[in-house]
Amino acid sequence: MTREETLETLQAAAAARILFLDGAMGTMIQRHKLGEAEYRGERFKDHASDLRGNNDLLALTQPDIIRAIHDAYFEAGSDIVETNSFNATSISLDDYGLGGLARELNVAAAQLAREAADRWSAKTPDKPRFVAGAIGPTNRTASISPDVDNPGFRNVTFDQLVEAYGEQVRGLIEGGADIMLIETVFDTLNAKAAGFAVLEVFDELGLELPIIVSGTITDLSGRNLSGQTPEAFWNSMQHLNPFAAGMNCAFGAEQLRPAVADMAAVADTLICAYPNAGLPNELGEYDQSPEEMAELLGEWAQSGLINIIGGCCGSSPDHIKAVIEAVSPYPPREVPVPEPRMRLSGLEPYALPQ
Amino acid sequence: MSNAAQSFVNIGERTNVTGSAKFRKLIEADDYAAAVDVAREQVENGAQIIDVNMDEGMLDSEAAMTTFLNLIASEPDIARVPVMIDSSKWSVIEAGLKCVQGKSIVNSISLKEGDKPFLEQARKIRRYGAAAVVMAFDETGQAETADRKVAICERAYRTLIDEIGFPPEDIIFDPNVFAVATGIEEHNGYALAFIEAARRIKETLPHVHVSGGISNLSFSFRGNNQVREAMHSVFLFHAIPAGLDMAIVNAGQLAIYDDIKPELRELVEDVILNRRDDATDRLLEAAERYRGGGRKAREEDLSWREAPVEDRITHALVKGIDAYIEEDTEEARGRAERPLHVIEGPLMAGMNVVGDLFGAGKMFLPQVVKSARVMKRAVAYLQPFLEEEKKRLGLLEAPAAGKIVMATVKGDVHDIGKNIVGVVLQCNNYQVIDLGVMAPAQKILDTARDEKADIIGLSGLITPSLDEMCHVAAEMEREGFDIPLLIGGATTSRVHTAVKISPNYARNQAIYVTDASRAVGVVSNLLSDDERPAYVAQIKEDYARVAEAHAKGRKTQVRASLADARANKFAIDWSDYEPPAPKFLGLKDFLDYDLSEIVPLIDWTPFFATWELKGRFPRILEDDKMGEAARQLYDDAQAMLAKIVEEKWLTANAVIGLWPANAVGDDVEVYADEKRGAPLHTLHTLRQQMTRVGPRANTALADFVAPKETSLADHIGAFVVTTGIGEEARSQAFDEAHDDYSKILLKALADRLAEAFAEHLHLRVRKEFWGYAAKENLSSEELIAEKYRGIRPAPGYPAQPDHTEKGTLFDLLEAEKRSGVMLTESFAMWPGAAVSGVYFSHPKSHYFGVGRIERDQVKDYAGRKGWSLAKAEKWLAPILNYDPLASKTEAA
Repeated sequence: MTREETLETLQAAAAARILFLDGAMGTMIQRHKLGEAEYRGERFKDHASDLRGNNDLLALTQPDIIRAIHDAYFEAGSDIVETNSFNATSISLDDYGLGGLARELNVAAAQLAREAADRWSAKTPDKPRFVAGAIGPTNRTASISPDVDNPGFRNVTFDQLVEAYGEQVRGLIEGGADIMLIETVFDTLNAKAAGFAVLEVFDELGLELPIIVSGTITDLSGRNLSGQTPEAFWNSMQHLNPFAAGMNCAFGAEQLRPAVADMAAVADTLICAYPNAGLPNELGEYDQSPEEMAELLGEWAQSGLINIIGGCCGSSPDHIKAVIEAVSPYPPREVPVPEPRMRLSGLEPYALPQ
Repeated sequence: MSNAAQSFVNIGERTNVTGSAKFRKLIEADDYAAAVDVAREQVENGAQIIDVNMDEGMLDSEAAMTTFLNLIASEPDIARVPVMIDSSKWSVIEAGLKCVQGKSIVNSISLKEGDKPFLEQARKIRRYGAAAVVMAFDETGQAETADRKVAICERAYRTLIDEIGFPPEDIIFDPNVFAVATGIEEHNGYALAFIEAARRIKETLPHVHVSGGISNLSFSFRGNNQVREAMHSVFLFHAIPAGLDMAIVNAGQLAIYDDIKPELRELVEDVILNRRDDATDRLLEAAERYRGGGRKAREEDLSWREAPVEDRITHALVKGIDAYIEEDTEEARGRAERPLHVIEGPLMAGMNVVGDLFGAGKMFLPQVVKSARVMKRAVAYLQPFLEEEKKRLGLLEAPAAGKIVMATVKGDVHDIGKNIVGVVLQCNNYQVIDLGVMAPAQKILDTARDEKADIIGLSGLITPSLDEMCHVAAEMEREGFDIPLLIGGATTSRVHTAVKISPNYARNQAIYVTDASRAVGVVSNLLSDDERPAYVAQIKEDYARVAEAHAKGRKTQVRASLADARANKFAIDWSDYEPPAPKFLGLKDFLDYDLSEIVPLIDWTPFFATWELKGRFPRILEDDKMGEAARQLYDDAQAMLAKIVEEKWLTANAVIGLWPANAVGDDVEVYADEKRGAPLHTLHTLRQQMTRVGPRANTALADFVAPKETSLADHIGAFVVTTGIGEEARSQAFDEAHDDYSKILLKALADRLAEAFAEHLHLRVRKEFWGYAAKENLSSEELIAEKYRGIRPAPGYPAQPDHTEKGTLFDLLEAEKRSGVMLTESFAMWPGAAVSGVYFSHPKSHYFGVGRIERDQVKDYAGRKGWSLAKAEKWLAPILNYDPLASKTEAA
C-alpha cells in the first residue's frame, strides 16, 4: 500500500467502526523476567552503564520478544500496534549512555512492527493492520522547573526537544510507521515540540502521515502534570489537525473517563483512548482483570465516547480481546462540528466570544 | 452598557515595558518576583488574557521574554489564562512561543515587508500553535483611512487562508488606533476611520476579530488622566458595537461612560466622531478644568454641618466622624419626645443607610466598624437619659432585634474576626453578648440559657478549635438547646460544619458563616419567622449534599504508602555539603525589643484582608472600589502605630535557640552539644503522601536536616516571639470607651507586628546568630516575599500541621519563663500576637503542605510520639485521609 492508500483505508475503517489499539508493551516484556545480560545481548555486553530496564533497546537485542508481542496483539484483534520506542529519544536514552543510538532504535522498532503488521494484513486482507510510531514524553519537562528554588529554570528547551523528536520521527518513518503517536503527554509544551518536529520532518520528506495526540492526567483533579485541563490541552494541540486525539495511561479507566469525556465533547476529531488496567497494587502490579476492563470500556463505547480504543500499562492481549468483544457491538463516536471560535488556553481553556 | 460590551475581551496590559514604566523598571532591575506580581494582579483584576511585551532598547528582550514566561508558567493563578506575546521583533516572538504550553496570541505580524516574510511568520505561528494579531500595515506603511485599513486586512485574510490554510477564527486584525486632537487637521478623522474599518472588516471577513491599542488615541492629553479616560471610554462606547472585540487597555483606568460629566462627554464625543471643526480646540480649552483626579488631600469640608440634624447624624455615621456626635445627639434629644426616639429615629435611620451601602458593596468593613463606633458613642451619651426615663416611667428595656451570645472557644485566643462580626451585628440592632476568648462550653451554654439568647456564635482560628466546636454542638444537643449555632473563623469551613459539627446537633442547625459581611443576612433569616423554615431547610439540604460529596471524594483520594513516600523523599545531596555552624549554641532572650526596628517589616496585605479588604498592598490604596476605605484605614493604622511605638503600648519579647541536630528517619534529634549524645528532644515531622507521577518528591521537614548517618554536623533553630504583651489592657480601655474600631485595629496591628518581629529575628539569625547569610541584603518587600535562604515553619501550619509540636518547642526554648508566652490546652499561644517556629538553614529547604495522610503514617507517628492511635487521630483529625470511626467499624 502507498501511504495515501494507507490513510484512506484507515479513514474508511474509522468511519465504519471503532478501531483497536494494542495493550501494554512494558507489562508484556516484564513477563519474560529479562536480566542484565539479556538486555545487553552480544552487542552491548561491554557497555559502561546498566541497561536492564531499557526496554527500547530490546528492538536490537531481543527482536524476537518484541515481534512476538506485536503478533500477540494482532492476533487478539488489534488494528494498530505501537512501536516499542516510547523512550527512544536521545534525551531519554542519555540516561543509559545510549543517546547516539536513537535513530537506529526507532528504525528497528518501526521495522519490527511493520513486518508484523504486513504479515497480519496478508493473513486477513479484509482487516489491514497499521503501525503507530510511539513518541513518548521524554524524561524532562519544558514547562516545569526541576529546581524548587528557581522556578524560571528549565532542564530542557523547546529547541532541544524539537531536535531529539525530529531524530526519532525520521527513524520511525524510515522504519515504516503509518501514524505518528505523540503519547502520554504530561507536559503540553513537550508535546508541542514533538508536533513541531513531526511537521518539520513531514516538510523535509514531502509527505504527511496521520498524527494522534494523547494526553494523560497525573492527579485526580483531571489535569496533566503541567497543569492543563483536558480541554485546554486540546486547544493547545488542535493546530496539528490530528487524525485522533485523546488520553492514555493515568490510573485506570474509571479515573480517566472524565478526561476522555471532556475531550470527546470538544474535539472535532476522532477520540482515541487507552487507559491502564486499573491502578497498580502495593507491589506495583496491575490486577484489573480483562473482564473488568472490558466492562468499563464497553460503557465508554455505549456512551458514544470513542473511536479508537486500547490499553496502556498492565493490559495484555487477553485484555484487548475482552475489550474488543465488549466494544464491538457499538458504533464509533460521531465527530462533532463546533462553531468556529478562537479557542485559546493557559492552564484553562478560553474561547473568545463570537 | 450594551451586550456588545459584555462580550468585550479584557487584555491586561500592565506587563508591557512600553506601556508601564513601573513594569519596565522592575524588569530592568531584574526584579522578576515583583514583575510576576504585576501579572498576578492583572489576572486577579479580571484580565482574560495578559499581554507581555519586553521591547525596550536597553533590554535583552529575548532573554527577558523567556525568563518572564517561564516564571509565570510556574504560577497556576497566572498561567490559568492565555498569553499575548507582544513584540515588534520576530526573534522575541519566537523565543516567547517556545515557552508557552497553552495556545497564545502573537502580537503582531504584518505585510510591512511583503507577502513572503508575512507568510513565513504566519506558518511558524501556526506550527507553534498560536493565533495572530495582524496589523493594517503594508509595504507602503500603516493604513490611516478606513478604505486602506479594510483593503490591507482583506489582502492579508485572503493570503493567510488561501496560501497556508490559516484558520480565520485565529486571526485578529488591528486596524491601528492613532492619536486624535493633535492640532493637525488630517488626524481629526482617525478615530472614526478605525470605527468604520472595524465595522467593515467584521462584515466582510467571516470569523475574524478586531483589536486595538487604545492608549495611542489620547496621546495629546498626556498628564490629564480624566480627559484621557473619558476619551478611551467614549471611543470604546462607539467602537465595540461597530465590531471591536478586544483592546489592550488598563481596565482600572476606564471611566464609566455614564459617569463622565455631560459637558466633557459631549466635547470628547465631538472629537472622537469628528463632529465639528473646532472640536479639538474646544476640548483643549475645557481640558484644563478636568485636570487631576481629586487625589490630593483636601481641606476638611465642613459644609455638612449646615444641614438639618437628622442629615448630620446620617453623615456622621456614614463617614464615621465622631467629633460632633454628642452635640448632634443632644440637639436631636432636645427635639424628640423621648430619648429612645433618638435611637429609633435619626440614629437607626443613619445606620440603615450604612447597612444599605454595605450590603450594596459601596461601604467596606473598616468604615462600618467606624460607623458603629459613632453609633455606640451616641447611645452611650443617651444612656443616662434612658435610665432616668426608665426609672421615672417604670419601663422595660427596649427590645433588641435579637440576642446573640458569641465566644472564641476554649483553647483559642484569636478574636479579631469574632469582634468584627459582633460590631456588624450590633450595627443592625442585635444585642451581642461577647464572652471573649478561651470560653469553656459550659460558660457559653449557661450564658445563652440565662440570657435567653436567640443564637450562639462560635469562633476559632487554630485547628484544635474545630474539635472544641464539635464538643459545644454536642453539649447543646445534650442540654436540650434548640437555637441555631453559627460557626466562623479561619480554619472553619462549610465542609467541616456540614460533616463534623452538624451531625452533633440534630435538634437545630449549625451554620457556617463565611465572613462578617454575611453574618447579618444569616442572622436576620434565622430570626425571621417567615424566612427561617425555608432557610434552615435549604441549609440542611445543602449540608447533606456537601457531606455526601465529601464522603465520595474521600474514597477516591489515592495516597502513597508511607514506605513509598519515604522512598520518594525530598533528596538532598549531602555529599558535597558543609552545614553552617551557628555562632552560639543554646538560648538567647530578647526582652522589650525596640518596636521601631520591627515596624518597617510589616506585611500590610494580610492586615487589609483582616478587614475584608482583599487585594495586594500598596495597590489596594489606589483600588477603584476599596481605595478610599483602604487609605482611611491605613492612615488610622499609621497613627496608631506611631503611638504604639512612642508610648510603648506593646512590649516585644522573644527567645531563640540554636542546637546541633540530625535527622533520624522523619524525625529530627536535637542535641545539647556537639557530642551529639542522647537527644535533648526530638522534633517530629509529617510526610506528604500524595501519589506522585512526575518528578515531585514526598517531602517532610526532616528531609532538610542532614541525616545522622551522614555524620554531618548539622543544626536546627527555634524561636518564639510576641508583641502582644500590654495589648489586653489597652483593648479593655477601648472597650470601656465604646471604641471597637480602635480595639480591633490594635489587635490587628499587634498580630502584624508579631509576624514582622519573627521576620526581623529570622534575618538576624541568618546574618548574625547562625550567620550563614552574612552578606544577605534584601529590601523589606523581598523579606516579606521570603526571598532568602532558609525557612521558619510553624507547628500547626501546612508544613507541620501538628500543633502539639509547639509543646516541644516551648520546652526547648523555656519559652513561658523567658518570653512570657503561654500555651493553652489546644496549643494556642497567649497572648495571641505571637509567632513560633523552627529554623532550617539548608538552601533547598522550602515551604510545602503535608496534605492528607494515611493510617500507616498516623500509626507510625503515634509510635514515634509515644501516643495511642486514638490520640494521634484526634490531633491530626484535620489532615486524615480516612474516617477513623469508619475504619474502626470495618476492622471490627
